[in-house]
Amino acid sequence: MGIASMLRRGALALGAAAIVALPALAQRNDPIRIGAVLSVTGPASFLGDPEDKTLRLYVNRINAAGGVNGRPIQLIVYDDGGDANRARTFATRLVEDDRVVAMVGGTTTGTTMAMRPVFEDARIPFISLAGGIEIIDPVSPYTFKTPHTDRMACEKIFSDVRARGLSRVALISGTDGFGQSMRTQCQRVAQAAGITIVADEQYGPRDSDMTPQLTRIRNTQGVEAVVNPGFGQGPAIVTRNYAQLGIRLPLYQSHGVASAQFIQLATPQAAEGVRLPAAALLVAEQLPANDPQRQVLIDYKTAFERETGQPVSTFGGHAYDGLMILVEAIKRANSTDGTRLRDAIRATRGFVGTGGVVNMSATDHMGLDLSAFRMVEIRNGQFVLIGN
Amino acid sequence: MGAELLQFLVSGLTVGAVYALVALGFTLIYNASDVVNFAQGEFVMLGGMVTVFAVAAGLALPLAAALAILVAVAVGLLLHRLAIEPARGASAVTLIIITIGASIFLRGVAQIVFDKQFHQLPAFSGSDPILLAGAAILPQSFWVLGGAVLVFLGLFVFLEKTLLGKAVLATAANRLAARLVGVDTSFVLALSFGLSAAIGALAGILITPITLTSFDVGTMLALKGFAAAMLGGMGSPLGAVVGGLLLGLLESFAAGTISSAYKDAVAFVVILAVLFTMPQGLFGRRSVERV
Amino acid sequence: MSARWATLIILAVIIGTIPWFFPSGFYFRVAALIWVTALAAVGLQILMGQAGQVSLGHAGFVGIGAYTMALGPKLLGLDVLLCLPLGAAIAGCVAFVVGRPILRLKGHYLAVATLGFGMLVTMVLVNEVALTGGPDGIRIPRPELLGWRIRGGETFYWITGGALLIGVWIALNLQASPSGRALAALHDSEVAARTVGIDVAAHKLRAFVIAAVYGSVAGGLLALMNGFVTPDAAGFLASIEYVTMVVIGGLASVPGAVVGAALLVLLPQTLTFLHEYEQAVIGLLIMLFMIFLRAGIVPGLAALLRRRPA
Repeated sequence: MGIASMLRRGALALGAAAIVALPALAQRNDPIRIGAVLSVTGPASFLGDPEDKTLRLYVNRINAAGGVNGRPIQLIVYDDGGDANRARTFATRLVEDDRVVAMVGGTTTGTTMAMRPVFEDARIPFISLAGGIEIIDPVSPYTFKTPHTDRMACEKIFSDVRARGLSRVALISGTDGFGQSMRTQCQRVAQAAGITIVADEQYGPRDSDMTPQLTRIRNTQGVEAVVNPGFGQGPAIVTRNYAQLGIRLPLYQSHGVASAQFIQLATPQAAEGVRLPAAALLVAEQLPANDPQRQVLIDYKTAFERETGQPVSTFGGHAYDGLMILVEAIKRANSTDGTRLRDAIRATRGFVGTGGVVNMSATDHMGLDLSAFRMVEIRNGQFVLIGN
Repeated sequence: MGAELLQFLVSGLTVGAVYALVALGFTLIYNASDVVNFAQGEFVMLGGMVTVFAVAAGLALPLAAALAILVAVAVGLLLHRLAIEPARGASAVTLIIITIGASIFLRGVAQIVFDKQFHQLPAFSGSDPILLAGAAILPQSFWVLGGAVLVFLGLFVFLEKTLLGKAVLATAANRLAARLVGVDTSFVLALSFGLSAAIGALAGILITPITLTSFDVGTMLALKGFAAAMLGGMGSPLGAVVGGLLLGLLESFAAGTISSAYKDAVAFVVILAVLFTMPQGLFGRRSVERV
Repeated sequence: MSARWATLIILAVIIGTIPWFFPSGFYFRVAALIWVTALAAVGLQILMGQAGQVSLGHAGFVGIGAYTMALGPKLLGLDVLLCLPLGAAIAGCVAFVVGRPILRLKGHYLAVATLGFGMLVTMVLVNEVALTGGPDGIRIPRPELLGWRIRGGETFYWITGGALLIGVWIALNLQASPSGRALAALHDSEVAARTVGIDVAAHKLRAFVIAAVYGSVAGGLLALMNGFVTPDAAGFLASIEYVTMVVIGGLASVPGAVVGAALLVLLPQTLTFLHEYEQAVIGLLIMLFMIFLRAGIVPGLAALLRRRPA
């Protein structure tokens, strides 16, 4: 396209020739570069922060134990502040400038969708840590994700509602990406699950009082249960206001609040009896000794809490799963070529992560089923595993 | 139906009192310098976060609160001394950008010094709601409302009845003339930064049991507080309180009766409508442009 | 040669030559981002610097431009490239309708009114999930021109660079034109401008509409470049960022807006090594620039150079 680019391509070709001339030698101890674009600051920072800490913690551990296939991992983390445009720029940087072999990251569905074309064009595997189902449905060749989808959360909640003999549900959702996406999915799967949505209220992600919306729900005829898709401080305030108004209907939160911190924020009294679908991480110690996930969960929980001094959340767990799936795939492929790595990730079977047991395929780039979600109830300030 | 409306009223007044407290923080600095201090929300954040961490470190709540106010005042004075004073004489818009920089800076420091998690404080006098004609009111709402009223009264008395307050008003009316009659306008500005920081921190302490807090809680509060202050009329303490309460009521009634997704939109449309008919807000000074 | 042409030539030379020094394709992306952000900032400079009217809702127009690129093809089946002028027309019309009542307000009251406008745009983008994709954003089809697919950082570098050059050229001409001088008079004092017979309201409205068109075109190009847009593009924080760019570069200076945009786009890219200290340092730098170059970078440096001729 211009002289400049011709010259540059010439230089690149020369450089490439030099690399070819020095074969395996350069390969042997070269670090494996893995990229991560996370929302470490900004409105999704309480998701991105544990993800960031988890990746750093485990990359250090892997390197201390001798790396992968004898090569150390070099982790390159960029903070997109939750902004999709900035995420896209960092994605380009990872691909064009840092020349990463794979990416683990994308804290929100919005940033993930903005970055996806960059990795697809470059044929570099991209393991997202966001919930939206559109990330992997329809499947794009190089894009994967580790968390459960919000559709699964809706299905899990609705089946629990049905098991209680109830069917008329009110939604109160945050207007952030998480809340809106899950709200849409809940509306979509409601009918098939035998659920009628009788009220649909919303609140801003930074709102401090949701009593007007809850008052409306309380005064709606025939509401039998309330579901709150949302993350951050909103669900804690909804739970508090729910108790304040003395509403006695069953309240369901989403996997977006799956951290012990939620109980403190909502106060244990107000959170009593609240149910939510969550990865088993929250109830690791309550799992039976023969549960395949038990040991993985307890190890991750102990490591994270010792390292950071913060209570463990499932969000950091998603990053752990993504990194480990990638590392296993690099080992199996014995290569960092994008397409071979992609095939290896796709061939993941029986991987035990914090989110569940992962079985991927060419048509399933997440590999989790509903059994990966556990229904938990908050009792006396603790998450308690209840029957599936 | 009556109980429902009463509940909206209670919710609106509580949220409105939060906005009013933030809006009150804007008035002093604005009066002394025509500057809208975009770091006002960060004072609120400091009030809440310092209290939370001091309580967690074992301090009693009143001591922790006092410490938080001290910290915020120190930050406010430093902001004035190190960033506003050196740019003395610069245009208002330059000073406003400095306060935007300060707000980014303070948020950036807060996420390192504290953390990126949400935090809560226990309610000052229990969290059992008081039932009144079918509406449930949290005791903490009275703390916030009372705080807004007290700060308003204090500001009113200070501005109208004390010599120092009159110096602030004189500076607001005409900086050059104020200097000519012997007002130390630089001191007045430092004073207003310190007091605004104290008001902001107090707001942060009072509202945290209701709203929760985190390092970036200030942005949205500053936005709403700014809108409330403009609705009431910038620079007027009465305007700040009325604007804040009105904004809170608008949001809660819109959420309860029209659409919870567009409640903020309803509030802003009303603000626009008010400004079109009263371009200086409800209680703003009528200003005449000097040629 | 006038300063106007000197500015244009310097900008053209910069756009034309810096690709020689780019070590990787990523730099095309960052530079294109600078040009497109600068285009939006130059539009705001016409409103703020030349007409003296503040806007905290400029990103709202950027959002209108960006989302037209997504919704035009989706709803009307239009070619995505046609949506660029369509978005500009929509933004211009919206600005014309909204501007009439809003521009009667002054100073901070105008600020809050424009802030409200930006919030309304964001709220529609966030809430109308079925239409706009909600907070998680929406895809933009890849453009094709005569069967040739427009893609790649390098192509967008030249497209956005060209657009910025045209934008700066128009802005400089506006500033030097009789109506530009009228705008400048308006900036100094509205009453004075009115007394010498300038139609103040019409001039303000025109600047508002032009700024909106700039914002919309920039938003459209950004959307094309990214192939994706989220409501953040229209958000309050983006609006604040545009204002900061204009002021930090030099309120009265068109090239200042370009420099301000370059600075604010480059800072987060160059400061990544600071990790968690990045935000604090960016805030600190903004304060330092404004304290030491209070008229803005371009006028400030120009004054320094004049004092000490090389």
